[in-house]
Amino acid sequence: MYQSIAVALNRTLADEMRRDSNVFVLGEDISTLGGAYQVTKGLLDEFGPQRVRDTPCSEIAIVGAGIGAALAGMRPVVELQFADFVFCAMDQVVNQAAKLHMMFGGQGSVPIVIRAPQGATGRAAQHSQSVEAYFMHTPGLKVVLPSDAYDARGLFAAAIRDDNPVLFLEHKLLYGSSSAGGKAKSVTGLLSTLRPAPEEDYTIPLGVAEVRREGRDVTVVATQYMLHLALQAAEQFAKEGVSVEVIDPRTVAPLDMATITKSVIKTGRLVAVSEDVLTCGVASEIVARVVETCYDALKTAPQRVGTLDTPIPFAPESEKFVLPSEEKISAAVRRTLAVPVAS
Amino acid sequence: MELQASNRDLYLAMYHKMVLIRTFEDKLYFLFLNTIMPGTMHQYNGQEAVAVGVCAALNTNDFITSTHRGHGHTLAKGADVNGAMAEMFAKETGLCRGMGGSMHIADFRVGMLGANGIVGGGLPIATGAALASQMRGTGQVAVGFMGDAAANEGSFHESLNMAAVWKLPVVFVIENNLYGYSVKSRDAFPTDDIAIRASAYGLPGEIVDGQDVLAVYKHSVKAVARARRGEGPSVLECKTYRYKGHARFDPAAYRPKEEEEAWKKRDPIKLWALALTQAGIASEEELKSIHTSVRKEVDAAVEFANQSTSPAPDSSLSLIYAETSREG
Repeated sequence: MYQSIAVALNRTLADEMRRDSNVFVLGEDISTLGGAYQVTKGLLDEFGPQRVRDTPCSEIAIVGAGIGAALAGMRPVVELQFADFVFCAMDQVVNQAAKLHMMFGGQGSVPIVIRAPQGATGRAAQHSQSVEAYFMHTPGLKVVLPSDAYDARGLFAAAIRDDNPVLFLEHKLLYGSSSAGGKAKSVTGLLSTLRPAPEEDYTIPLGVAEVRREGRDVTVVATQYMLHLALQAAEQFAKEGVSVEVIDPRTVAPLDMATITKSVIKTGRLVAVSEDVLTCGVASEIVARVVETCYDALKTAPQRVGTLDTPIPFAPESEKFVLPSEEKISAAVRRTLAVPVAS
Repeated sequence: MELQASNRDLYLAMYHKMVLIRTFEDKLYFLFLNTIMPGTMHQYNGQEAVAVGVCAALNTNDFITSTHRGHGHTLAKGADVNGAMAEMFAKETGLCRGMGGSMHIADFRVGMLGANGIVGGGLPIATGAALASQMRGTGQVAVGFMGDAAANEGSFHESLNMAAVWKLPVVFVIENNLYGYSVKSRDAFPTDDIAIRASAYGLPGEIVDGQDVLAVYKHSVKAVARARRGEGPSVLECKTYRYKGHARFDPAAYRPKEEEEAWKKRDPIKLWALALTQAGIASEEELKSIHTSVRKEVDAAVEFANQSTSPAPDSSLSLIYAETSREG
């Protein structure tokens, strides 16, 4: 059993590389250094420099070479050092990986996994973004957002075995490991909701949400770090007699709306929480879909909680001000309770 | 020019491919002007010697990536003519089931990994295909075709650098047709030649007469052999000219007519016909019969496309994701 997402990903990679010789990893500083967050630590020793490749600092070529290798039958796992760097490779991700299968009429597939650490951790505007909405907005990609080691292991194995391009976005605060530079801040107060991964390998299908906490009164949909804040908030509401259901979509493309709408039909109240910015963000999309399909079931207006529409500032108090928090989630839940919970 | 009688079949096959591309393009032009052809297209007339000379040096299982001007590369690599024509017609029987069209045509059965609507977009993909070949030890070579404009994209630099560092079996072919849409290459490049950039990556960079199919072929054979030996990438810059505008809507009024006429005097098909007849490799009658059979081939392809059905309007929806997952 291990709590660390970094260790879970590392074990999964090693397992998948043992079971399929076509799986290999490439990225910046991933071989000798073991990656900025130590996800590929030790893999060089077992698999050698052919399959654990340090690349030049060239995001276009890293992702593009992954795509070309995938078209030719390999199953590359690409590491981008920070999710913010994916924008350097945007053409390869959005115009190439996402579209080739459809635009070639189903000839060829692009079984590539692009891993990247995301989320705000005091690194300011260009090393703090949550990027999922850009890729949720791009048909042809799958977008995975693991929230703990248990999910990370099963989702990562499924992502590597999937024949489609997958963006696998990892929240830096949830790694549970130090970065190679020793500067990672790990969340320590959340251990009760972080589930460890067992030793054996397993898959969790992409596109299936999980109800992490059952409840009657309000549905909260939250991803990654926000999931844990939502679970904490739910615990507090339970003390007041308010029963909060918490759902982790786990993947936002495909997005398991069946699980979410089923819950909203039961509770009549929705709060959608995501660390990406609000405008055209994950929370916005979830609210829009719920309003379209379950309008009659809603007792109060659905609420969104996300990062304010601003680049992430450096000053710690300013960063805190713009990010979602347990308090902001709780306040949103209270807004949905404007119509009292029937007792 | 040294022609060898023992290579007669190869030479005639190259002639056939060049005539096929020209005839295919001329037919498309006619169909487009008659509003029979949907969409737009970027035509390859005038550049046939490049695609044919390079692809003649490749095996069927070698890879190529192409550009927005990709019909020539597709046919030169050996794609099915009916399937290619049907794709232009947006038919279900097209190589891409009518989902890709002119700018995204591909035929994976012959290693043609796709035309690409993004300038420079295919270069990292060719690099990756070469990486797969190197890792698996298959001996396959990848060719990344590009126009001159692509050499100013970041993907050019990143691909050449990565391929050079890893000694990947890839050949980068720059088709310098002297214009990026309307802008003269010389106004977009600080030098007359682009291939000199190869030296910055420690790679051989050759400048080739792109109207001379034998010259293109010979340089390609050398570069492909180097790649197959594991000695790494090469750059070929083929000087050529596109006879038509940038795309079907473009009359190319920015080009001097005298320049067009001068280039057409060195038409690659005429040059090759002259070389073959002068060397006694083939008679004019034999070459004429190639033109006749190609016309029939292309007419049959148009007939095939015409008789094919259009894809169902919702057919893209089932192609968003590949269905399979390699479980177990």
